[in-house]
Amino acid sequence: MSYPENYRYSKSHEWLLLEGNAATVGITDYAQESLGDIVFVELPKLGQEIEVGATFGSVESVKAVSDLYSPVGGTVTAINEALNGAPETLNTAANETWIIKLAVQNAATTSPLLSAAEYEKFVAEETGH
Amino acid sequence: MVDFGGWDMPVQYSGLIEEHMAVRTGVGVFDVSHMGDIQLRGPNSLAAVQKLLMNDASKLQIGQAHYSAMLYPNGTFVDDVILHKLGENDYLIVINAGTREKDVQWVRQVLGGMSGLHITDVSDYYTQIAIQGPKAMATLQKLTSVDLAPIRNYWFTWGQVCGLYNVLIARTGYTGEDGFEIYIPSDEITSARVWAEVLAAGQEFGIVPCGLGARNTLRLESAMALYGHEISDSLNVWEANLGRYCKMEKGVDFVGREALLEVQQKGGPAKRLVGLEMIERGIGRDGYPVFSLEGERIGEITSGSPAPFLKKNIALAYVPMAFVELRTEVAVEVRGQNVRARVVPTPFYKRAKAAAAAPPTQA
Repeated sequence: MSYPENYRYSKSHEWLLLEGNAATVGITDYAQESLGDIVFVELPKLGQEIEVGATFGSVESVKAVSDLYSPVGGTVTAINEALNGAPETLNTAANETWIIKLAVQNAATTSPLLSAAEYEKFVAEETGH
Repeated sequence: MVDFGGWDMPVQYSGLIEEHMAVRTGVGVFDVSHMGDIQLRGPNSLAAVQKLLMNDASKLQIGQAHYSAMLYPNGTFVDDVILHKLGENDYLIVINAGTREKDVQWVRQVLGGMSGLHITDVSDYYTQIAIQGPKAMATLQKLTSVDLAPIRNYWFTWGQVCGLYNVLIARTGYTGEDGFEIYIPSDEITSARVWAEVLAAGQEFGIVPCGLGARNTLRLESAMALYGHEISDSLNVWEANLGRYCKMEKGVDFVGREALLEVQQKGGPAKRLVGLEMIERGIGRDGYPVFSLEGERIGEITSGSPAPFLKKNIALAYVPMAFVELRTEVAVEVRGQNVRARVVPTPFYKRAKAAAAAPPTQA
């Protein structure tokens, strides 16, 4: 599993790429691995306002369903509609597959986020190895 | 790994969908050693199983098995089982893992006072391996001298497998696919060796080991009941739609019969298990509530999941009799949103019948 250095990570297993006020959000390699075969992604609407830490959709595998939490607050500027037809891309390329993009109001206000190294450590502790 | 009735079992090995598809199109292998086994022997063993179980065991021939269930006096389920007639006065009941202790206790409670009967919990004697899929026979045939083709569905025989003598080889399974279950000695060395040999034999057919996840989606596509979901101690045989395995007129007053008769005489059950297919986007899952289109809460999903082979979202649910007709539309509450679903025939998946049970032989 890999965690790019330029992303930051939430304890609910989303990654965030922040470039100025433009945020891109996806799920981590660990998240896709624990969910297993992903078959369904519920996306928000374009223009929807999302508060920091709020649910913006869900990811479902055959076995389980998991809420998606936004690490930043803002307005949805893009949703990855390709995921409706090919949700399994999240399994094959979690780091390269974004789910939503946001125009962020206050880039300084995020949920508590971890660096790649911290997240890797967090996951190792959570799984017990 | 997850805890399943006290057993550490993998939910998946390579991936649930891959495992599921292997069983539908090729072959997959399951370690189902967690299943329990109770043997009933002695001159009164037929009388015992007839009293204990709802199906008619007098119809079984030696080497034949059938689906049955043991019931409480009120007609609800202690467990569902596969009954095998090993010989005259010799029966093997295969039970669920999670209910093993309760089942054994129940059998002793119901039959303990009967003479000419010996009850043994033989669960720990066997490692049970299920080889399932259209290529299951070709896989297992490489490991046994027994000619497998003549064994009919739900029949069994004994023979040499992987060098082991007198292995019970049954054409049974929990996947809705053709396949076999073998019962081998439970010591670790033997179990690991046979497991490896099955994997090696199936390699040319793309065999994969399958976990609990695929076991669940395969049985759900085939609409087979799972204890604690479709059947339980609060659901009766008519509600569970398992009446075809319940032989009221077999001439024995089996445990639960009287209560089931009373339900029939009072006009039948008030609710019944049906198959649902989601017609709007959304996946109905275990425990999700079911509503009428008018918004009245009418029932609950007992098992629901994406169906990997059918590529639909399917579920089994209990609904009042007014909603059991095919094509009736209902709504499933999926995480706060109502998603429409339709009552469809079960099983959701039914495999094509093989052209012939045995290959033609040259005269």
